[in-house]
Amino acid sequence: MFSIYITAFIVGGLICVIGQLLFDVAKLTPAHTLCILVVAGSILDGFGLYEPFIDFAGAGATIPITSFGNSLTHGALAEAEKHGIIGVLTGMFEVTSSGITSAILFGFIASFLFRSKGKA
Amino acid sequence: MVTRGVIQFKTAPSIASTGVTAGPLERKSPFSESFDKIYDDERCGQDTNEHGHAKLMEDASMIALSKVNAIPEDADFLLTGDLVNQMTPSNFCATTLGIPYIGLFSACATSVSSLLTAAILTDAGISELAIAGSSSQHNAIERQFRYPIEYGVQKGDSAQWTVTAAGAAAVTPHSEGVPSIERGTIGKAIDMGLTDPLNMGAAMAPAAADTLFRHLEGHGASVEDYDVIMTGDLGKTGYEILKRLADLQGIRNTDNFRDAGMEFYGKDTKFFAGASGAGCSAAVYFSEIYNKMLSRQYKRVLLIATGALLSPMSYQQGDTIPCTAHAIELTMK
Amino acid sequence: MDKEQYSTIEQEISPKPSIIKNVFKAFLTGGIICLIGQFIALFYITFFDFTERTASNPTVATMVFISMLLTGFGLYKKIGQFGGAGAAVPITGFGNAVVSSAIEHRTEGYVLGVGGNIFKLAGSVILWGVFSAFAVALIKTILVKLGVVSW
Repeated sequence: MFSIYITAFIVGGLICVIGQLLFDVAKLTPAHTLCILVVAGSILDGFGLYEPFIDFAGAGATIPITSFGNSLTHGALAEAEKHGIIGVLTGMFEVTSSGITSAILFGFIASFLFRSKGKA
Repeated sequence: MVTRGVIQFKTAPSIASTGVTAGPLERKSPFSESFDKIYDDERCGQDTNEHGHAKLMEDASMIALSKVNAIPEDADFLLTGDLVNQMTPSNFCATTLGIPYIGLFSACATSVSSLLTAAILTDAGISELAIAGSSSQHNAIERQFRYPIEYGVQKGDSAQWTVTAAGAAAVTPHSEGVPSIERGTIGKAIDMGLTDPLNMGAAMAPAAADTLFRHLEGHGASVEDYDVIMTGDLGKTGYEILKRLADLQGIRNTDNFRDAGMEFYGKDTKFFAGASGAGCSAAVYFSEIYNKMLSRQYKRVLLIATGALLSPMSYQQGDTIPCTAHAIELTMK
Repeated sequence: MDKEQYSTIEQEISPKPSIIKNVFKAFLTGGIICLIGQFIALFYITFFDFTERTASNPTVATMVFISMLLTGFGLYKKIGQFGGAGAAVPITGFGNAVVSSAIEHRTEGYVLGVGGNIFKLAGSVILWGVFSAFAVALIKTILVKLGVVSW
């Protein structure tokens, strides 16, 4: 029962360590780093590895941005299984809609509520 | 005799007064006592960052004018610049002041390039009163060159913090009792192949070194002739590199080297390697340095403002960062 | 002095990121954010009709909401400065990218400013996510049709 919390912490932390190494060692920008991780999540799901990974690490696998690539691919594959090639297009956002939708909505709401402040 | 970019002013135009304005965070600066006006609001009471930016420059200019009992209608030229797209803050400030205006872009070196241009106009006998200056506003510049203010990007120790500040100087024909502009050197644009926009000091140091060496050689001067040689916004990293470059050139004694950016926020590590921005050197030169010249603590100073000539687009297209540095020599008799 | 000579001097003097320290802080920050995510998932499983698999949707939305508050109150940039990739990689970092762009551009209006810039930073992640998902799904679908692999 408690082990999932420890695994989530360690696995989530380790994915971030990969990101930090891409920042500091490979000297990539945050944008390049995040894109690489998203593509990695997508490819892992192509091999059917990301879902078992979620079972193992819980939020440690669903909270990092890699899971965004996974859920896009997963949605596309699930529809492709039912409807063939056309499902690749129609299924893509089926699983991942909550992240995008909430980011758009909360971003828009925030723009009414907040202003950026140049404090150190 | 004419030497490339090295200027000797025949009439030694004077800086009759200065005006410095700054944002609320700049109260932390050890120089804040000598700033003329500090706002409680980072937008200077305006609706947008960019309007606040224009207000900074406008108020600094008005303060400099008021100290010589002048109004904008008395001024012959306004020579200012900033870092926002197409320099709208300077342009809008010029609209309000109604002084004949040329916008100047030398990035953070605009404090000196504007002062040099004002001195050239005065030396040529076509200006009795010119306002020179530059400004920057943290929020407006950060979003222009880097990321949104609230984006959680990790900055390294060589990063610098754009100041919210403006400095203006009233340049008049030579008069006694105030600092005068004797010599100057116009910088080249120098690119040593650096690409990191979060390490500007290292990109700008070679430009500062080149202008320093050309100034010393062109005027037959040595570093010991100056009470202080102050660069603009090299920050800790750039300052150390400049000292190394001077050492390689055979200049061993760099005790009188100072950097406005490195000193701007004191030793506070929240600001990484120090301050930057077009308002950084202007604010320090026109308060700290100018006041110390008025009180004759400094009799001869060399001010070398440095600027990185990049845009977000040039960076994204993979270009390296060209930099410049302009030098001006002030004396107090 | 040529560029190579200068590069040697510059690299000698410019401060290096302390990689071990940064990696540790990224691990800690990222780990804590995922741990919070795990607790939120537990909340949805316990008090609402969600399974372990479906709980990730409301969890992600909740995390983005928290990220909005932290960004709006100027705290996320501090977490980002401390945690580096530990703050950028979790979904909260995606939320921070969207929210910070949105509030930065409100002065240009809600259509041209917020509307036009909300995906200024996050857009690249969406593009590459969608494109890679398309490519992976297409390849796999073709391979399945050819009988090379199975679903």
